[in-house]
Amino acid sequence: MDKKKTPLEILASSKFVHTLLSIIIGFAVGALFLVIMGLSVGQAYGKLFQSIFSSIKSISYCIVYATPYIATGLSVAFSFKTGVFNIGAEGQFVVGSMSACVVGILLADLPPFVLIPLCFLAAALAGALWGTIVGILKTRWGINEVLSMIMFNWIAFFLSNYIAGFPAIHSEGNAEATRNISDNARILFSKDFISRMNLCPTANWGILVAIVLTVVVYFIIEKTTLGYELKAVGFNKNAAEYGGINVNRSILTSLAISGALAGIGGALLLLGMGGRISVFSSQEGYGFAGIVVALIGVTNPFGVFAAGLFYGAMTYGGSKLNLVGAPTQVVSIIMGTIVFFIAISSIFSYLKNLKKDKPVTPVKNMDAGKEDDRK
Amino acid sequence: MNMKKIVALLLAVVMVLGLAACGGKEASSGSKLKIGMVTDTGGVNDQSFNQGAWEGLQRLAEEDPTFEVSYLESKTDADYASNIQTFIDEKYDLIISVGFMLAGATREAAEANPDQKFAIIDDDSNQDLANVACLMFAQEQCSYLVGVIAGTMTKTGTVGYVQGMVSESMNLFGIGFISGVKAANPDATVLQYNANAFGDAAVGSAAATEMFTKGADIIYHAAGGTGNGVINACADNGIYAIGVDYDQSFIAPETVISSAMKRVDNGVQDICKALKDGKFAGGVRKYSLTDGGVDIAPTTTLLTPEALAAVEQAKKDILDGKVTVPTTQDACPDFILK
Repeated sequence: MDKKKTPLEILASSKFVHTLLSIIIGFAVGALFLVIMGLSVGQAYGKLFQSIFSSIKSISYCIVYATPYIATGLSVAFSFKTGVFNIGAEGQFVVGSMSACVVGILLADLPPFVLIPLCFLAAALAGALWGTIVGILKTRWGINEVLSMIMFNWIAFFLSNYIAGFPAIHSEGNAEATRNISDNARILFSKDFISRMNLCPTANWGILVAIVLTVVVYFIIEKTTLGYELKAVGFNKNAAEYGGINVNRSILTSLAISGALAGIGGALLLLGMGGRISVFSSQEGYGFAGIVVALIGVTNPFGVFAAGLFYGAMTYGGSKLNLVGAPTQVVSIIMGTIVFFIAISSIFSYLKNLKKDKPVTPVKNMDAGKEDDRK
Repeated sequence: MNMKKIVALLLAVVMVLGLAACGGKEASSGSKLKIGMVTDTGGVNDQSFNQGAWEGLQRLAEEDPTFEVSYLESKTDADYASNIQTFIDEKYDLIISVGFMLAGATREAAEANPDQKFAIIDDDSNQDLANVACLMFAQEQCSYLVGVIAGTMTKTGTVGYVQGMVSESMNLFGIGFISGVKAANPDATVLQYNANAFGDAAVGSAAATEMFTKGADIIYHAAGGTGNGVINACADNGIYAIGVDYDQSFIAPETVISSAMKRVDNGVQDICKALKDGKFAGGVRKYSLTDGGVDIAPTTTLLTPEALAAVEQAKKDILDGKVTVPTTQDACPDFILK
């Protein structure tokens, strides 16, 4: 037991390496499925990586795709840190983007420096409201937040479709979507800059917002009393209450902040990429993807940022797999496997400890020693 | 160390994958014509026009090896632009946007890349662009044909019609259908309802049930997902339904007697062949009965012999020019949706 750990072992026990291993296993499993389907692994993965890394344009596309995922990932990670499972990020994302959309359409004439912050504010407030309602249901009447959140996802879904049908919001053309939001509300880089740097046409400032969000979340969790209280509630509700923390208020605050983050994610998608919201026929899944991102990022804000970039790149690169005849679902297999192995990584360390402990079980040993003393 | 072995093994796997990845260069296409199709959020297996278009392209590539076809699926509204951009970057000869949802994204891309050829299905808002072919289908003709079926087969003398949205192009469905019903059965009543939604099965179901209580025994819908509710409500009430866009018989085989079909597959094949022959041109290309662009569904098991005969006669009359299906509200005063 006293033997010093080699650097490799220390590395192997870190969360980062667990994640890295899971990612490798994920790709291996994806490759396995490709082989079973009789497709060329080299061609499919070659296309995947080529679509991601081949040019500045493709890399900028990946970043654009990643931006909303980073926000929803932070949202879910934040809730994890505080002991609540925000499976409602999907709904918060939807109400957030719809609020930003309404503001971006109705207040079209405001100058960008007023309109853009207004859109983000509307999105954050709507998301926070969506999270807080669920929080009140939980703290007031003890309704399990997972159940009400799943229902609130659908309420948001249909509410968004309902609002998209209003004459003032609905597209003038044939499209089953809202109008395009005002150009003043878009956060795109200037056309000049995009063509000069050879970026993708939807390259936008959103990634900077995502960076700011990441730092803010890190700061709240690690450096403030609020974060300390929230974490304490996350670790042990009863102990926190005994320590004088208002648990109910903490849960509400946590869900409000988490909801606001998801809502901002919705605004990032709208102002950066889409410019309009279609009438949904199925859930778009940005919020659910946030759960994946949060898990891959081991709920650390900077880890989530990296995981969001990874997820965005995989989504963008994966969408091109059809061009070489491979199904895009391979990416879902890879991501699912990664989450699976990250989730069971604690079992790995448990098994490892079990093996080590077999020759001499420390607990028994101690007991035996005590008995010896008594004798 | 056990851990070391695992790490070494995994590293080996990564390297092999890495090497394999390097070999993954695509074969050069030579003189092939590359056709890329961008789906809307329905995806390529939507059993509707995305699937129809892709099946048409696949058949084309099998018959004529000079065509190389592939597709990109759009998961969300925000994917349209980037999927179109991918085909532009990969230097595809023709990009086909499936559905009017892509109209905005197609216009932006077409304006930014005037040398790139596009085709878009079911949209005529881009007809002013020289590099966009708008593939439109004579939906009033196939609606007329199913109208003839409904008019012939109704026992109560009352049929129903549910529309997804009121717009000039959507109204063509209703105008065609009502004209068909009246042609076959001048005394028939057509109940009409505007659901104002394409994705709301509950609204469709409620509308169909109400029409049933008012005596309708056949209901036609032109309302996308809302129409699934119409068909299911018809099945529940034991009356007939008529589908739209593609053969919807599989939804309720005992209920859906026919469908007003758009042959999107024939449309995309036609524009691809035009491209090959150097005859690609922007603007509207309308497909009708004459060129097999529209028709009734191939499933006809529930149709009575009289209805089949009537619909064959109606087809012939349209092809011979004896009957011209109206396309305006003025020419069909019975159409009342606004």
